[in-house]
Amino acid sequence: MAALQLTPAAIAEPTAQHLALSGSWTALGIGTIERQLDALPANATIDASGIESLDTVGAWVLQSYLRRRADRGVAGELSDLPEQFAALFDAVAAQVAQQDRPATPAGAAPSTLGRLGRSTMDLAEQSLALLNFVGQCACAIGACLAHPARLRWRTILFNIRSAGFDALPIVGLLSFLLGIVVAYQGADQLRQYGANIFVADLVGLSMLREFAPLITAIIIAGRSGSAYAAQIGTMSVTEEIDAMRTLGIAPLNMLVVPKIFALLIALPLLTLFADVLGVFGGMLMAQAQLGVGFPEFLERFVKAVSVTAYLSGLFKAPVFAIIIAVIGCFQGFRTAGGADSVGRQTTRSVVQSIFLVILADALFSVAFSALNL
Amino acid sequence: MPSATAPAVIEISKLVTRFGDHVVHRDIELAVRRAEIFAVIGGSGSGKSTLLREMILLHRPDSGSIRVLGVDLKDIDDAQALALRQRWGVMFQHGGLFGSLTIKENIGLPLREYTALDDALIDQIAACKLALTGLKPEVGDQYPAELSGGMMKRASLARALALDPQLLFLDEPTAGLDPQSAGEVDELVLRLRDLFGLSIVMITHDLDLLWAVADRVAVLGDGRMQGVGSMDELAQIDNPAIRQFFAGARGRSAQENSASAKAQDAKQTGRSSSKPK
Repeated sequence: MAALQLTPAAIAEPTAQHLALSGSWTALGIGTIERQLDALPANATIDASGIESLDTVGAWVLQSYLRRRADRGVAGELSDLPEQFAALFDAVAAQVAQQDRPATPAGAAPSTLGRLGRSTMDLAEQSLALLNFVGQCACAIGACLAHPARLRWRTILFNIRSAGFDALPIVGLLSFLLGIVVAYQGADQLRQYGANIFVADLVGLSMLREFAPLITAIIIAGRSGSAYAAQIGTMSVTEEIDAMRTLGIAPLNMLVVPKIFALLIALPLLTLFADVLGVFGGMLMAQAQLGVGFPEFLERFVKAVSVTAYLSGLFKAPVFAIIIAVIGCFQGFRTAGGADSVGRQTTRSVVQSIFLVILADALFSVAFSALNL
Repeated sequence: MPSATAPAVIEISKLVTRFGDHVVHRDIELAVRRAEIFAVIGGSGSGKSTLLREMILLHRPDSGSIRVLGVDLKDIDDAQALALRQRWGVMFQHGGLFGSLTIKENIGLPLREYTALDDALIDQIAACKLALTGLKPEVGDQYPAELSGGMMKRASLARALALDPQLLFLDEPTAGLDPQSAGEVDELVLRLRDLFGLSIVMITHDLDLLWAVADRVAVLGDGRMQGVGSMDELAQIDNPAIRQFFAGARGRSAQENSASAKAQDAKQTGRSSSKPK
């Protein structure tokens, strides 16, 4: 049984024209001896009888050294190589000879313009694929609405629980903190003008119209959108999606439509929950910093915040829900290859859905102001 | 065939494994000799894969001892475990290749991790291993997801061989391969053993592979070792757990193929069968 510790490979020069190799010429024992080889006298004879063990790495290093010597016109073989290594040594020699052929030159790196063009093509391709996917989803949803019995209610309910109910604590906590921040930041400005009571306008309008829908959508994009992409991506890597297709079950109906419906129901409800906790956070801060009591705050709140303002915030939630569910599933289906690709697509799903949510929010702001809402 | 007195590379004694109340192994005794091709067979759920995982330090047995290359796996420390892991190679059933690396990088990974060799040299050696397992050089620049099942197995084998291990574990080396690729795996396994003097432990269901390459075969069933011996010896044993492997139509045809191949071999070369040195 070979000992666990090994003697490192070594080259000795007993006389000027004679090299003696010894030790373990193996991957683990060879160290950096390869770099010394070329500095040795080129026409010396090489005695290999001291080699204790030899593996592919050692044989490769020696064979390619011999080959380099042969190219310079110095013929030479290893003498006295222990017999048990001969088969391996010869097998490697054939490999060295084969790889000696000039390698095919690698393709030149693309120019800046080329890279720009390529990424534009990628973007265009992806946008078209997304449009295609949206169309397919719309058809699938239309078919489901025409035959409501086909809807998978159990899956929808399960998704409502995992994306909605389970997200209540984090959504509630973050919007509560956001309410505190808004009231706190506004407190100083309002106090300067003695307009303390207007903190209700500030908190109410900003939370209900903008912050609550946005923070909820961003949390859900990070929480559920990524889960959708990872789930579908892993399923397509493990051929589960293909299996579904061959069983005659449309993956869209099984995986995508229930998620869209579930988020359509869960996200507005979560937004409402965020509204309540955000305003509550602002209310606490108003009392602590500005001395506006709860009754005064609520009295002003009812006057300041119209039903339109409340509804215009809530109206965005279903749109965000569709963006998050569609992008998450879309990126999941684009997964190809292995675990690496699952990670990449999941990241993309989160980045893109947050981007599109904020873009949609900006468009809503423009549209609402044009409509004088 | 290696002589019976050759030192054992793996010795297992009184091995017991449980998953909850389910006993997977009861008192397994096993010895794998140096430069031997040793196969473990058994029905689904007979604990073959668990046995393999215990031999390669992926699972701890509940009691009993396993010695691999002379090291007891029970009280092994991290340094010893690392040294041991560098002396064996494992080829997983589904390849286990890293999807984010090219095939060449996959093969070179152990060398990059444990040696101070130049990158260029590592690439050359990786290409050499690739050729050794019968893959084309172009495959080296591809990613695992782009390969077919057979190529994936070969690439995985090439990575298992990266550090020139003394011991090679193969988990279902021919599962999911077409008969021709499976036949090539047979030859590859034999060639590797002769070239490197490897000891090979494999888990397989493939009767052709068993007849063609296995020196000795252990049959697991019911948590016990039902029998150990060459295929010819096992074919004679009258034990229902062993008979079921030979009885079916597939078992018989594999046996006949093997017999006729050996007869032909003997005619052509004048030897009884191809035997390693």
